[in-house]
This record gives sequence, C-alpha cells and structure tokens, in this order.
Amino acid sequence: MAAQQHKVLPGFHLALGYTLVYLSLVVLIPLAAVFIKSSALSLEEFWAVVSAPRVVATYQVSFGLSLLAAAINAVFGLMLAWALVRYRFPGKKLVDALVDLPFALPTAVAGIALTALYAGNGWLGQYLEPLGIKVAFGPLGILVALVFIGLPFVVRTVQPILEDLDTELEEAAASLGAQRWQTFRLVILPILLPALLTGFALAFARAVGEYGSVIFIAGNLPFVSEITPLMIITKLEQYDYVGATAIAVVMLLISFALLLLINLLQAWTAKRTGRNR
Amino acid sequence: MSIEVRNIRKQFGSFTALDDVSLDFPTGELVALLGPSGCGKTTLLRIIAGLESADSGSVLLEGEDASHTHVRERQVGFVFQHYALFRHMSVFDNVAFGLRVKPRKERPSEAVIRKKVHELLELVQLDWLADRFPAQLSGGQRQRIALARALAVEPRVLLLDEPFGALDAKVRKELRRWLRRLHDELHITSIFVTHDQEEALEVADRVVLMDHGHVEQIGTPEEVYRHPATPFVYGFLGAVNHFHGRAEDGQVRVGEDLLHRGQDALALTLDQGAPVVAFARPHELDILPGEAGNLGVAAKISRILAFGVTARIELDGVNGSSGQHFEVELTREQVERQGLAEGQPVRLVPSRLKVFEQKGA
Repeated sequence: MAAQQHKVLPGFHLALGYTLVYLSLVVLIPLAAVFIKSSALSLEEFWAVVSAPRVVATYQVSFGLSLLAAAINAVFGLMLAWALVRYRFPGKKLVDALVDLPFALPTAVAGIALTALYAGNGWLGQYLEPLGIKVAFGPLGILVALVFIGLPFVVRTVQPILEDLDTELEEAAASLGAQRWQTFRLVILPILLPALLTGFALAFARAVGEYGSVIFIAGNLPFVSEITPLMIITKLEQYDYVGATAIAVVMLLISFALLLLINLLQAWTAKRTGRNR
Repeated sequence: MSIEVRNIRKQFGSFTALDDVSLDFPTGELVALLGPSGCGKTTLLRIIAGLESADSGSVLLEGEDASHTHVRERQVGFVFQHYALFRHMSVFDNVAFGLRVKPRKERPSEAVIRKKVHELLELVQLDWLADRFPAQLSGGQRQRIALARALAVEPRVLLLDEPFGALDAKVRKELRRWLRRLHDELHITSIFVTHDQEEALEVADRVVLMDHGHVEQIGTPEEVYRHPATPFVYGFLGAVNHFHGRAEDGQVRVGEDLLHRGQDALALTLDQGAPVVAFARPHELDILPGEAGNLGVAAKISRILAFGVTARIELDGVNGSSGQHFEVELTREQVERQGLAEGQPVRLVPSRLKVFEQKGA
C-alpha cells in the first residue's frame, strides 16, 4: 500500500459501509430472495412458465406501453417544465403543486378516477366512444394511467436544469442568426438531454412497476390488456408462488437491462455536454 | 457601419436605465461605454444589439431604422461577459455555429466553413484548440473563442459587454492590447462596455461616459481625461482631490483659506457664496512646507508612501477643510528636497484646478 492519503472529506468508510448495508437490507436481499425462490424450478419448468404465450403478451403490454408512456411524458413533461420555468402566469404556483399530485395520490384512486372519466358513460368517454376511441378497459387506458403516474418525474428532473440554463446562451445563438427552433435543437436540447433521459428512465421504471391504477382501467383481457404485475398477482392468488417469482425474475432482468441502457446513454450525453469533466 | 441612437428611453419598473440618450458611433471606430454599474451602459449596448427593446427612441444602423429588426437580422456580433460558449460543442463547432445555422441557400459548404473557422481561430491565435471543449480552456482563451464565434458571421458591428470583466488583471491587460491590435486589423465598428476607466482610456478611440442613464461626456481618451466636462467625469476618471467650498470674489474659499490656482486668478463667474467643488489631480497639487502664508489650503501630512517611482503623500485637511483627505503625487527627489515628514503642517497649492458649481448643495 502506498502512503495513506488524507482526504478532505472525511467519513468515506462510514458512508460506503452504510450505503452497502442499507442497499443490502432494502434492495439486494429482497431481490435475491426472489431469485432463490424461483430457483426451486428446473430450467425447463422456469422457461415453460415465463414463456407461456399469455405471459409473453403481458411483457409486450407492460414494457411497450411503459416505454411509450415515458416517451410521451418526456415530450409533454419538458413542455410543462418549460412553461413553469420560463413564463409567468396566474396560478403558476398552483400548477407547480399539481404536478406532484400523482406522487401523492393512492394509485387505486387515480385508476378509479381515470376509469370513471374515460368509461363509455364518463365525462370524456361519452364523447370519445362515438368517435371509435375506446380508452377505458383497453391498452389505451393503461397508457393514460401510466402517463398520469409518470408525469412528475420528467418535470422534476428537467426543471432545475432549465432554471440554471443561462438565457445568454439563447441570446448568443440568436445574435449568430439562429432561428428559434435551431436554438432549441442545437443549444437547449443537448444541454437538457441528460436530465431528460433521467426523467424518462424514472418515469419508465415507475410505469413498469405500476399496478394499482392500471388494473382498474385496463379491463385485464388476456393477450390484450393484461400487465405483467397482474400476471404475478394472479399466480399468487392461485398459490403458485414459484411461478409468480419466476415471472418477477424475468421482469427484474428486463427492467434492469433497460435502465442500465438508459443510464449509460445518460452518462454518455452528460459527458458530451461538458459535465463530469 | 455607423450606428446612431436617437432619444432612447428605457425603464425597468421604477428604475430609469436610460433617459433620452442620443449618440453617434462613426464607422470603424472603437468606442468605450464607460460608467459605474447601473449607469445604463449595458442596457444601451443590448438595445443596440436588439437583445432588449427601448421604451421609446430608435436605433439606426447605417442610417436605416433598425428598431424593429430582430437581433438575428441585425448582423451584430455580440460578446458576453461570461462568454456564453456552447459547452456541449467543441471550439470548432462553436465558431462554426453562426455559419451552420444560416438558411440552406446562404449556407457555405462544409469545406468553406472549415477553412473559414480555421482562419478565424488563427486570427485569435488559438487554432491549436479547435478540438477542445470550452470547459478545458482558460477564461482568456474562452473570450477569444467567443470573439471568433461572433466574427464568423461577418457582423457589421461588434458589441462587447464587459468583455474582460471576468478575467484576472494580467490576462485582462494582455487581452486589451490584443483587442486594440485586432481592431486596427479589422476596422469593424465596435462598442465595448466597461466600468474600468483604465481599460476604456487605453483601448478606445473615443470614450462615452455615462451616469444614471445620461451621457456625461464624449471625447477621445485624452480629451475626457484632460478636460472633464462634469464633476462626475472628473471624479470617475483617475484619482482626484475634492475641495468643497464657496465662491468668493472669483476665488474658492475652503474654510478659512482661499484656494489659488498657481499665479493666475480663477476668474470665476459664479454668484458670491455659491457652493462649489474644486477638483485637482494628485499630480496637480504642490506642497509648501509650513503653516504660515495665505496661499492654498492648510493641511497636515498623515502618511508618505515612497515605494514607487513617485511618492504618494496623504494629507488631512485642517482649518475648515478638516475631515477632508487629500492625496498628492510628487517625485521622490521633491520629497527629499523639501524634507517632508509625516505629521508636518503644510499648505496645498494647486497648479491646475477645475471648479464646478455644486448643484443641490
């Protein structure tokens, strides 16, 4: 060992030790239990459970719609954050507070409210249904619920970066002859991208794990609007604990892979925009 | 290209930033807008650039009213105090930005852009940094890149907002000289804003002094320094001694003393007893040892600082001018010849004096 270096910030060992213990207790041990439980199955049995057509359909619904919902939130969350940071309008504080509401609301309440709203006889549903747009009790309903619960993530991650964004950059771009959209695309968006990706990842993760609000509005039709968490609950209700954990393992692995991918992308863009240098 | 501003007014809430300002900036000159912070100089620059709009009045570029022209059509190069470089772009891409965002029809080919950017980087002597990112550059280098970026679009005028304000003293001095040389090469009409009088006097062809939203004086550095038109200009440019007193028989009475200006009388045309303030620069005051005599103002030497080429002598006023402090610059030989010492009572006689009536006193 080389001579011990003195660190300016003390408590490195304490902080690291605490972090590891905490992470183990709260995250790693419960997740490991899932893997151990599912290992009761042989490889063939495991594969049979997780690749059953009805289960595979739920992966598509869950991950497909979660990605779509996160993408929608990325676009509209950015717009909302932009409006909140850049403009002054009456009731701005109120809107700002409303953004966090999906965090606080019990998801079942959100699900029931959205269902009531979009059902064939609901406030919005009665106008949409004659147009052939069936929201409640279908994949579109799931999407609406996932967008609802994921919105705060994008707004809250982008907002502080947007607040710090120097208006001089936009003035400089304008004085160099850039049109408004060129300034947005070439100057503002690249700076916001890392935060936007973080918000996207959080919204996506939240959407994948969402259960409460979705089951009310989804209709839960096999092969159409069943989500993977519902599949797990169904197995549990049939006392098929091993089968439930097997699906959970697959879900964990896919989620982990996707989040890792987004985080790598995020780190790469952050480096490109001149941070972490 | 010439710039004219006509009767510009600008109000921020109840604060008047610019109060009926009219100015001419002739083609090819490097003009400094000089004044303390809050005097409206930056606001004026931003209005000329089109980054801010005036409440009333107009901006004429080459005789044409540009008041309602958007900043991107004004063809002005703007350099910000804090550089405003795009940190996610390399130095090359920063400089190329203005060329790449041109409408497709006017946009030069990538090869032409490459050539042009390298020319500009050579002009600012930073060609070797083309692939770096702004975060990897020093402050002085960033500002030169910002200047190259502004020049890339071949602006008709160059506007610089406190361009050296965020740099340390040594780099600032270097960049000043460099900016002057660059201007002599390019001869592009340029206006730069500064609160540093030394910077303005050293770099500019002409200096516009501003205070509280008004133009106080316009002139060459020599003119404004030698012949300040107002008490504000006198006080703002360089060190100065103030004598507060009253006009009396064409002279200035400070307490019990009469202030002379060398041999000749002041020949003031002020009302008897009008409150006045007289200015003299530290090198425009002579020290006569001894408290006797009726020449000049009585004072007492409080400190002698003799570490430079010139000696600086700090004095406290006595007899009515007490509470006032003065500063005199003499050569070290003079100090030795006169045998000046701390605590010694002396009389101050100005060789040159500028008297202004004190308003609102």
